[in-house]
Amino acid sequence: MIDIASSPSLDDNPNCADWFDLSYEGKVTLRTAKVEIGQGILTALVQIAADEMDIHPDRFEVLSGHTRLGPLEAQTASSLSLEVTGRAIRLAASALRHLLASEAATLLQAVPDDVAFVDGTVHVGGRETPLTSWTLAQTVDLNVPVMAHTAPKAMTERCVVGTSLPRQDLPAKAVTAAFIQDLSLDGMMHGRVLQPPSLSARITHFDGEAMESRFPNVQIVQNGSFLGVIAAREDVAIRAIAAADQCTTWDAGATVAADLVEAIGTTEAAEEVVLHKADSPNDSGAAIDPTIGATLSMQTRRTYIAHASIAPSCAVATWRDGELEVYSHTQAPHGLRDALGIVFGIDPVKHITVIHTPGAGTYGHSGQDDVALDAALLARTVPGSPVRVLWSRADDFAAAPLGAAMVVCAQATLDANGRMAAFSIVSNSQPHARRPGQDGAAGMTAAERLEPPFAAHCCDDVPLVRGGGAERNATPLYAIPNIRVAKRIVKDLPVRTSAFRGLGAPANVFTLEALMDDAAAYAGVDPIAYRLDHLEDERAKAVIERAAAMAGWPGRESDDEALGVGFAQYKNRSAYSAVIVRVRLDETIRVTHAWAAVDAGEIINPDGLHNQVEGGIIQATSLTLKEAVTFDGDRITTHGWSDYPILKFSEVPQIAVELIDQSHLPPLGAGETSVAPTVAAIGNAVCRALGARICTLPITRDAIVAAIG
Amino acid sequence: MTGAIEFEVNGNAVSVAVAPTTPLLYVLRNDLGLRGTRHGCGEGDCGACTVLLDGRPITACNTQVEAAAGHQVETIEALGETQPPHPLVDAVLAEQAGQCGYCLPGILMRAKALLAQGGAPSREQIAAALDDHLCRCGAHNRIIQAIATAASGGGA
Ligand code: FES
Ligand code: FES
Repeated sequence: MIDIASSPSLDDNPNCADWFDLSYEGKVTLRTAKVEIGQGILTALVQIAADEMDIHPDRFEVLSGHTRLGPLEAQTASSLSLEVTGRAIRLAASALRHLLASEAATLLQAVPDDVAFVDGTVHVGGRETPLTSWTLAQTVDLNVPVMAHTAPKAMTERCVVGTSLPRQDLPAKAVTAAFIQDLSLDGMMHGRVLQPPSLSARITHFDGEAMESRFPNVQIVQNGSFLGVIAAREDVAIRAIAAADQCTTWDAGATVAADLVEAIGTTEAAEEVVLHKADSPNDSGAAIDPTIGATLSMQTRRTYIAHASIAPSCAVATWRDGELEVYSHTQAPHGLRDALGIVFGIDPVKHITVIHTPGAGTYGHSGQDDVALDAALLARTVPGSPVRVLWSRADDFAAAPLGAAMVVCAQATLDANGRMAAFSIVSNSQPHARRPGQDGAAGMTAAERLEPPFAAHCCDDVPLVRGGGAERNATPLYAIPNIRVAKRIVKDLPVRTSAFRGLGAPANVFTLEALMDDAAAYAGVDPIAYRLDHLEDERAKAVIERAAAMAGWPGRESDDEALGVGFAQYKNRSAYSAVIVRVRLDETIRVTHAWAAVDAGEIINPDGLHNQVEGGIIQATSLTLKEAVTFDGDRITTHGWSDYPILKFSEVPQIAVELIDQSHLPPLGAGETSVAPTVAAIGNAVCRALGARICTLPITRDAIVAAIG
Repeated sequence: MTGAIEFEVNGNAVSVAVAPTTPLLYVLRNDLGLRGTRHGCGEGDCGACTVLLDGRPITACNTQVEAAAGHQVETIEALGETQPPHPLVDAVLAEQAGQCGYCLPGILMRAKALLAQGGAPSREQIAAALDDHLCRCGAHNRIIQAIATAASGGGA
C-alpha cells in the first residue's frame, strides 16, 4: 500500500470507526461534518462508500454535521467537499472493507483475495457464506488507522460512482417537513429578535412597560442592544416583535461614505501583491514596451449581493443544566460550536452540541450562524425550553452577511502580433470570509450588541493558498508571460461581508474575460480562437472547444442578439467550465440560451453535477442581470423580494450542459464552477450585441442607458 | 378571540380556536401540524406557502384563517403523503427537479391547480404559471420539465 495520498479530513479523524458504524444489522452509518445544502453531496459520499464497501447505497444513513457524534472537519465550502471528504470516505471505506475481508478470510480459512462482498454478504469463490459485513464488524476492531489498511479500488471496478443515483434526501424535502424551519420540539417556544436598522446602530431607549402591558404573556429579553421576544405562539411572537420595534429608539450609527462601492474603488488600503510572474527574473512584468503593441484597460464594479435564500435563517436552541444544544443550518457546525463557546464563556467541546439540520439553499455564509446565537441568547432565559428563532425576510436582507462589493482594475499589454504579453489586475474588495470563531472572534452580530459587547469582527481576506478571496480567479489561466495579481482589502466600512458563491471569482472572471474579448477584437481574432491560442492546458482548451461546438459558435449575429463566451477553472485548480450564452436586447435584457461544457475530473454523479452546473448558470444569470443590495448610508434599504428581484421562471434561459468524462482523474468540486464563466459570458454577449462594454454589475437597462447615453 | 373556526383540510374537517386574523400558514403549520407548507417570506412574494383554497392557489402567509372558514384547503400533504404519491411528485423526483427543495411544495400546489385546468400546457405556459414562485437554487428548467411530464400523463 504505497503512494496513496491521504486527505486533510483524515488528520483529525484517522480511524475507520471515526467514519463508519455498522452496529445495526443491514445498515451503515456514514459520518461527516459536511452538510447538504442542496448540492447533493451526501448522496455522492454514499456512492463513494458503497462502491468501496460493496454495500448497496440504500443501506447507508448519513450522520451529517453533528459536533458530538460526527468527525471534526472544515466547513462545507469552496467546492472542497468531494475533493477532501470524498477522498477521506473512499480511503476509510476501503480500509474498512479490507479489515472485514481479512477477518472473513481468517474465519473461513480462505485467501483474502477470494473474499468478495455482495451487498454486505461475504462470498468465497463465488459461493455465499453466512458471514456479513455486520457480523464481522462485531469482532473486528475498527479503531485502527485508515491509512494503514486502505487500498481503494481501481477506477474500473467502481460501479455506483459514475451513475446518476437519485438524491436520497430529495423525496422528503419535496413534500414533507424536512427543514430546520419545520423542526418542532416538545415544549418549543417561538422567539423573534429585533435587528438594528444598521450594523452600528445602538438602542437609546426601549419602552418595556408599554410592551409588557400590550403583551403580558410574552417574555421580553434585553441585553444591551440585543432585544428579543419569546412567545408560545409564532404568530404572537411576530406581532410582539413588530410592537417592540415601535417601542425602540435607535441612535444614528456610523457615518459612512455616500457611495460604498465608490469608496471601495478609491480605497487607500495597502495593495497586496499575491502573484507576480515575469518572463525573466529581472523583468518587473510591467516593463513591456507599450509602443510595440497596445495597452487595454478596464475597470469593473460589482455591487453587494444578498444570499436571498428562499427561507430566512433559522435555529432552535435549548439550555439544560448549563449545556447548550443548537439545531442549525450552519455550514460550519464545529466553527459555530466554538464561537458560541466564546460568547457564553464555556468549553464548547464539553458543553455545546451543534446539530446540522438542512435549511433552504444558501450559497456561502448567510445568517445561518447569527440566528443560532440569537436563539441561544433567548433560550438562556427559559432553561429547559427549546426556542426557535426565524428571521423575517427583511431581517435576512438587513442582517445576514453580504457578498462583497468589488471594484476590479485590469490592464493587458499586447505585443506587436496582438498576443497578450502582460496582464495586471488589482481587485479592491471587502473581505470574503468572516465565519464565526475565525481569528478567535465570536463573529456573530448579536455578540456585538451585548453589554459588554464583543469586538466587531474584522478579518483578513482568504489567502491565495486557500483559493483566494478578492483575488479568486484573478490569475488568468492563459499563457501570458507576465502576470501581476494584487488586491486591496477594505476593512473600514460598516458593511458585513462574507463568503458568497465564488467569492471574488465572478467579478474577476467578468473583468478578465472581458479584457480577453477586447484584446481579441483589437487583434482582429475570433474570441474563441484568441483564447485557444493563449492556452496550454488541454483540459481548458477542450471545454472551450466543446462549448463552442454546442453553441454553433459564432452563431448568427443580429442587431440585438449575440453570443458571448466565458471561461474559468474555478480557483485555478478545481473544475473547468466554458459557458456560452445568447443574449437578446429589446425592452429587457434576456439570456435566452446557455451552453456549458464542464470538466470536473471523475464524475461521481453525472445528473447531480449537471444539476449543479444548471443551477449555477441560472443563479449567475440572476446575479448578472438583476441583483443589487441597496443602501442609505449604512442602512440596508433592501427589505423584501420586491426590492431584490431574482430571475423568474419565464426569464430562465434554455440550458444545455455537457460533461467531459475524466474518470481516471480525481474528482473536482463543481458547486461554483459555472457561476463566474456565466457572468463573464453574459458581459461579453451584451458587449457584442450592444457594441459597447458595460462594466458594472448588475447589467440592467439603467446601466446600459448610463453607459451609452 | 371569537369561537372556533371550522374548515376542511385535505378532506378532513378541522376546527381551530385562534384569532380569525391569524395567517392561515401558522394555523396549518403550528396548530394542525401540517408543516410541509413552507414559510418563505411571509409577505406574499415568494409562493413557498402556496396551498389550494377550493382548488384555487393562494399564499397562506397573507391569507387570514377566517377566509378559509367553511371552505376546503388542500396542502402538500395531500400530494406527498398519499400512496401512491401524486404523479407530480413522481415527476419531480424522476427529473431530480430540485436542489434544496424548499420551493417545491408551493410549486407543486400551483402545478396541481394548473393541471386541473386540463390540456397539455406548453413550457411557456408552465413558466408563466410559476412566475409568482421563486426558486433561488436554479432548478427552474427541471421543474418546468417535471410539470410538463406530469401534464402529459407521463410519470416516473
Ligand atoms: S411565504 Fe407566502 S408568499 Fe412567501
Ligand atoms: S430548489 Fe432551492 S429554492 Fe428551489
